[in-house]
Amino acid sequence: MDYIPNIVFAIILIAGIGFFVENIKKLSRNIKLGKSVDTSDNKPQRWKNMSRIALGQTKMVVRPIAGILHIIVYLGFIIINIEVLEIIMDGLFGTHRIFAFLGGFYSFLIGSFEILALLVIIAVVVFWIRRNLIKLGRFLNPEMDGWPKKDGNLILYIELVLMVLFLTMNAADYQLQQMDVAHYTKAGAFPVSMFIAPLFEEMSIASIILLERSAWWLHIVGILIFLNYLYYSKHLHILLAFPNTYFGKLRPKGQFDNLEAVTKEVRLMMDPSADPFAAPDGDAPLPEKFGASDVMDLKWVQLLNAYTCTECGRCTSECPANQTGKKLSPRKIMMDTRDRLEEVGKNIDTNKGAFVDDGKQLLGDYITHEELWACTSCNACVEACPVSIDPLSIIMDMRQYLVMEQSAAPSDLNNMMGNIENNGAPWPFNQMDRLNWSKES
Amino acid sequence: MVPLGLLTKWIGLTGPRNHNEITAIMENELKVPTMAALFAAGQQPEVLFWVGCAGSFDDRAKKITKAFVKILNKANVSFAVLGTEESCTGDPAKRAGNEFLFQMQAVTNIEVLNAYGVKKVVTACPHCFNTLKNEYPGLGGNYEVVHHTQFLKQLLEEGRITMEGGQYKGKRITFHDPCYLGRANNVYEAPRDLIRKLDAELVEMKNCKKRGLCCGAGGAQMFKEPEKGNKDVNIERTEQALDIKPDIIAAGCPFCNTMLTDGVKNKEKESSVVVMDIAELIARAEDL
Ligand code: SF4
Ligand code: SF4
Repeated sequence: MDYIPNIVFAIILIAGIGFFVENIKKLSRNIKLGKSVDTSDNKPQRWKNMSRIALGQTKMVVRPIAGILHIIVYLGFIIINIEVLEIIMDGLFGTHRIFAFLGGFYSFLIGSFEILALLVIIAVVVFWIRRNLIKLGRFLNPEMDGWPKKDGNLILYIELVLMVLFLTMNAADYQLQQMDVAHYTKAGAFPVSMFIAPLFEEMSIASIILLERSAWWLHIVGILIFLNYLYYSKHLHILLAFPNTYFGKLRPKGQFDNLEAVTKEVRLMMDPSADPFAAPDGDAPLPEKFGASDVMDLKWVQLLNAYTCTECGRCTSECPANQTGKKLSPRKIMMDTRDRLEEVGKNIDTNKGAFVDDGKQLLGDYITHEELWACTSCNACVEACPVSIDPLSIIMDMRQYLVMEQSAAPSDLNNMMGNIENNGAPWPFNQMDRLNWSKES
Repeated sequence: MVPLGLLTKWIGLTGPRNHNEITAIMENELKVPTMAALFAAGQQPEVLFWVGCAGSFDDRAKKITKAFVKILNKANVSFAVLGTEESCTGDPAKRAGNEFLFQMQAVTNIEVLNAYGVKKVVTACPHCFNTLKNEYPGLGGNYEVVHHTQFLKQLLEEGRITMEGGQYKGKRITFHDPCYLGRANNVYEAPRDLIRKLDAELVEMKNCKKRGLCCGAGGAQMFKEPEKGNKDVNIERTEQALDIKPDIIAAGCPFCNTMLTDGVKNKEKESSVVVMDIAELIARAEDL
């Protein structure tokens, strides 16, 4: 009978982790719906980017208040998770504070966890105030209505509850240690929870034990719930920020890919020996679709980008189009891509592994032409993103589809392109007049 | 397309027109040799000046082109232009999504550049700069490409130009970072170093360098009406500039120049604030 808690714990743990693994599998399948792209180049630079941007959070502090608070929550969560290791082992083996034998070092660890937990609580409260009372502009764009706004707050509530449970658990433990209750070996230092413990002085030992156990169980179950919540939330970035910064763009921001499929056709056209009327040979592959109208036309790194987006809105708040009231919001581009990708993923799930045309696509049903044509390709969004997301590349791929597959450019742009084609300049001037300036005074 | 220079060489024709272009130059007249003429005369310039469409045809931008050429002439830089053999780099087509047209332009231009054995290119247009430097190599065009502010800084360091900044003393000059020079290619300091050398007071806008705000022209926006909004991007940027009370708004891109000039006009400030290219600032400092 004594083993029941251990068994229950093991079952909860396996279920929690198992469900999480299922979600990760789905995630990676969805990302792989994207087109392949070679990311095997310049590994040292990639590792450097990952450690600087994701681990070192260098881009977060561009905005110092949010940046420093975020670093506190981030460090808090990573470091306090060392404690989770102990909790899991205690839960499986029925021990109590299994690492207590570390002595002074153990006290140091627990003491630092407590201080961090307090700092996290403070940071989370400030974050909540920024989102809900101060109403910072970048949290109010229309794409944040509904679930994204709730999601942002929910994360803060969960973090707050987890930290409070952690401190309550320690406070009750500390009180029991003071009372020399068996099983509660004297271990750890409790610089924060020692101030909570006096609240429990009047309670019976049995009630304090109940309190300690409840906090312990709720804390670990809460963590498992949080882990599984990630997949449905912008909080997924705590995992994906690492691969995303690794796979982020290394070339100069102004360098856009040259479409290989186009290069082939252009070479053929420019090659005087090619016979333009030659019948295509039988097993020639279908001509490639130019640009992107749906998530499957994007590259997998762009889909990873979409799942990594933290919905922080730094991109949108730096976007010149958005700042001047245009519909375009680079954050919305990323959120739309993720929503559509999720929709496609669910479609594949319900149709036993194959996508069945649902008459929808990213272009039009999620992202409008108006948004796409408002972009100045200024790269402000790319520069602003703290996790190396490139919303501009998606905008450009969709423009390519509009222009090359649908001839659906705004008429002014069609004129511009017509001019380039006919006289080598975006305006209707004759190429033979190109040097006239040198003779004008 | 066969480059003009090759053609004339093959048929043994170095027409008097070309010859004139290299030699018979009067005082004060711009010396603008073409690649074709130099090639026919068996010469190779140190650098090709890629003028670009705006620099060739736009009335405001042509002034920048001429200012830059005056500096090149004064410093005795051996350069040449492609002249009528130059064609749009394809940048606006590419940013508009027309990869096909872009690559057609690129391949055609690369053929000309390679035929002349061009090694180094300088341009006063950040869009041409970015495209030539970053997007041409993948299509067979490998050149050392520099922006004119980088080139001018180099001339200064090598002592080939000297700058008397006297007339800018005490003037507040702010530099507007062109997206395709700054964020796109991480060139922030060359233009600023030149402004400092002019003895002017360099002042920075609220958004500058990495966080510089676009002028609104990039991504082919220059060639179309803006989408519906509550303001034009160039007005927003001009307001940022006017906020810090500059005497001169310095630009390094013909498109930014147009956008900001329009912005200043819109704000009815053209009597107190001028928009000038870095090359124009220097040319004026040298009384060119
Ligand atoms: S690149 Fe486009 S989407 Fe990104 S900030 Fe600039 S205008 Fe906005
Ligand atoms: S794309 Fe980057 S900057 Fe924009 S909301 Fe997502 S995480 Fe934030």
